Amino acid sequence: MNWVSIGTLSDIPRRGARCVAAPEGKIAVFRTADDQVFAIDDHCPHKGGPLSQGIVHGTAVTCPLHNWVISLETGKALGADEGVVRTIPVRIDGERLFIALEALASRAA
Amino acid sequence: MTEKLVIIGNGMAPGRMLEHLLEKAPGRYQVTIFNAEPRVNYDRIMLSPVLSGEKAYEEIIIHGDGWYIKHGITLYKGHKIVAIDRQAKTVTSDHGVTEPYDKLVIATGSVPFIIPVPGHDLPGVLTYRDLDDVRAMMLAAQSRAKAVVIGGGLLGLEAAAGLNAQGMDVTVLHVMPTLMERQLDPAAGYLLQRAVEQRGIKVITKANTQAITGNGKVERVELADGTVIPATLVVMAVGIRPNAVLAKEAGIAVNRGIVVDAGMRSNDPDIYAIGECAEVNGQVYGLVAPLYEMARVAASHLAGNEAAAFVHMDTPTKLKVTGIELFSLGDFAEGDDRQEIVLRDAAAGVYKRLVLKDDRIIGTVLYGETADGAWFNDLKKKQTDISEMRDTLIFGQSYQGGAPLDPMAAVAALPDDAEICGCNGVCKGKITGAITAKGLTSLDDVRAHTKASASCGSCTGLVEKLMVLTIGDKYNPAAVQPMCSCTALGHDEVRRLIKAKGLKTIPAVMQELEWKTSCGCAKCRPALNYYLVCDWPDEYADDYQSRFINERVHANIQKDGTYSVVPRMWGGVTNAAELRAIADVVDKFEIPMVKVTGGQRIDMLGIRKEDLPAVWADLGQAGFVSGHAYAKGLRTVKTCVGSDWCRFGTQDSTGLGIRIEKFMWGSWTPAKVKMAVSGCPRNCAEATCKDVGVICVDSGYEIHFAGAAGLDIKGTEVLGLVKTEDEALEHIVALTQMYREQGRYLERIYKWAKRVGIAEIKRQIMDDGEKRKAYFARFVFSQKFAQVDPWSERASGKDKHEFRPMASVGFAQAAE
Repeated sequence: MNWVSIGTLSDIPRRGARCVAAPEGKIAVFRTADDQVFAIDDHCPHKGGPLSQGIVHGTAVTCPLHNWVISLETGKALGADEGVVRTIPVRIDGERLFIALEALASRAA
Repeated sequence: MTEKLVIIGNGMAPGRMLEHLLEKAPGRYQVTIFNAEPRVNYDRIMLSPVLSGEKAYEEIIIHGDGWYIKHGITLYKGHKIVAIDRQAKTVTSDHGVTEPYDKLVIATGSVPFIIPVPGHDLPGVLTYRDLDDVRAMMLAAQSRAKAVVIGGGLLGLEAAAGLNAQGMDVTVLHVMPTLMERQLDPAAGYLLQRAVEQRGIKVITKANTQAITGNGKVERVELADGTVIPATLVVMAVGIRPNAVLAKEAGIAVNRGIVVDAGMRSNDPDIYAIGECAEVNGQVYGLVAPLYEMARVAASHLAGNEAAAFVHMDTPTKLKVTGIELFSLGDFAEGDDRQEIVLRDAAAGVYKRLVLKDDRIIGTVLYGETADGAWFNDLKKKQTDISEMRDTLIFGQSYQGGAPLDPMAAVAALPDDAEICGCNGVCKGKITGAITAKGLTSLDDVRAHTKASASCGSCTGLVEKLMVLTIGDKYNPAAVQPMCSCTALGHDEVRRLIKAKGLKTIPAVMQELEWKTSCGCAKCRPALNYYLVCDWPDEYADDYQSRFINERVHANIQKDGTYSVVPRMWGGVTNAAELRAIADVVDKFEIPMVKVTGGQRIDMLGIRKEDLPAVWADLGQAGFVSGHAYAKGLRTVKTCVGSDWCRFGTQDSTGLGIRIEKFMWGSWTPAKVKMAVSGCPRNCAEATCKDVGVICVDSGYEIHFAGAAGLDIKGTEVLGLVKTEDEALEHIVALTQMYREQGRYLERIYKWAKRVGIAEIKRQIMDDGEKRKAYFARFVFSQKFAQVDPWSERASGKDKHEFRPMASVGFAQAAE
């Protein structure tokens, strides 16, 4: 797998997110309170809201536009809502963070 | 002709007596009450939770002012009766009010016993009796200094736990070898001492206080064995004695208390005595259940039923210290004719002891696990022969006959005449009967109709179980709407506990208040963040990750993920330079849309997030600051042109609007706050549908509040008229601060006002100058930390990470 470096853990605030720019759209990279890192498309399955701007709680994020709650682990909408957003594999090597580029390319192709 | 009934004292016993009397003989008496305390009737049993911060005074009021008005009762607050003239049949207060009576009820309660050691009258020595004592203790606790509580009985331990919860270093001195020796045997007393000590309270038993010393105030307590304990506060809680002085001076028969017959009548047939001041059959009482029984008997006699008679009863004792379960009932001294059954579980901290005589329970001590208290009490009261179940008796009701019952089944198995509420003597059948007959579905309803769990509240769990058994799913225990699914607590509860427990971070709140999730959710985190910002403006570090995106990046997110930016235009006034600067920013950043808002300012829409800091830097150059158009905080202050230009204007409405906005910008509030100032009643600034509005008139400034023009439409309420601009500002700021402190997150002013009452808000802001000034001062203090322009901070590099992608990937590969 082609792991691409995107920066370090400390670049992302705890219970927060940063964006990674990619050709087919932004990827939101989240850091939970207990330092787990997840990457998903920055695009809510509901109406395309920027998930990276939401409030992070547990391993979920609440979309800033209409409060859908999306699981960071599965990309699925939680509760009564239905929808799924693409998840992207993340590797943590010490402080450094990598995401799997093939995953991007294969989807983009 | 109505007879005149005068009552001396306004504690729980006379309050209950009046309730019975109004029910049994409405309109028979014209009632006048003299209360030496300057307030209404409140639940004295609940003073300990007030001291520990778990309840507020307002929550323990039994009869509010409205109750007295509704029933046509005259209440003299702060009037102490100094003389009873039995010949003329009048009483006279220390303020000189003389009132004639046909029937007189003396309910002067008791006075705390003061040990006459040297120094007992030094400033800093308090007793624990009424709300004034509690307030004095809470004030003393603010110093976080050392306190000594003399007395290791019920009251002393509750005082110690309360002061400890308020952050004081507390030592309890008890003259006997074990705590609460009158209610507990030595084993339970030891367990109790250990539990008290585990809370960080020091306990010294066999402590003989010799003197309280200090230079003009309390500085230390000296014991007979030479021990010296430093202290700035001493609470004497060694006991009470009936307050019968007034009756004695009037020549009424007094022994320990005022001597009354079983009908609560003294040796003067027109004078009754009830409560702690009364002595019946040689006994005086201090627990609420017998006092309420006295109230019932006296009310019957006053209503004409001479048959009612007071009968002695044993009442269980419970310690109201959160986390310590303790129950004691009856007689548990050892004796040749007595047997006992004891169960100890040291690991679980459980101790149970039953004292039996002739196969009947005569005494019970339960520590650590008290669920079976009601059952044992029932067996004792009915003198049930327990020889059949003797082997398993101590394990409780669940173990009688077959498989252990779950707690719900145990309650279901209680007979209808089992006592549930000891304070008010309410049995199971009465509660279930009322639930069915009256269709009650909430705990408050049951309390209102039956009084069960309405006094000390320790039987609330049992009452709730009865409600579930009787009406099943129709009972909604969460009459209080929880904040969110992370907690069972409502907003008000959480706000109160944040203050009471001194919680200053979101993790501390979640830990202490037992949040069900590890780090909350998008509903509770922004609410908690606001409450903490509001309550601890100087200490709390704002948690940006718990704010909605708009407040995190100080702009309004739009449906396409771009942002809109609204700079402040003070009072809606602008000029050529500002407009030019806006035009330049629009050109430079190719902003697609510019729009005039409803709040008299200019909105730039469609700005990319990455551009925000640069946009703000340019706007800042022209002197603009954030308009907080995104904030749960002060938004705009709309104005009309007022006396400067308008031929109808009565005051400088524009100037006042700008002054308010400059004073209040940057403050966070539970929900957005929009204001307006109109220069005359023609009201061109539309001030009468705002959260707060001002209508200028010739004689001054009419302040309005609680309007709405959004989801709901509602005209404002008038707060009041003030004469000067300075007063207008002070009142508006105080009102806003009251809302900041009491409002639930996302609750607009009009909803808050509806909840707490317009009259109450007027009373606190218009009539109570001291309170208003205190609110004002707290707002001003908070503004010291709030008035920082978030745009210039971010233009200078704060929170850079918010506005830039952390990396770009895949672009090179895509080009290949």
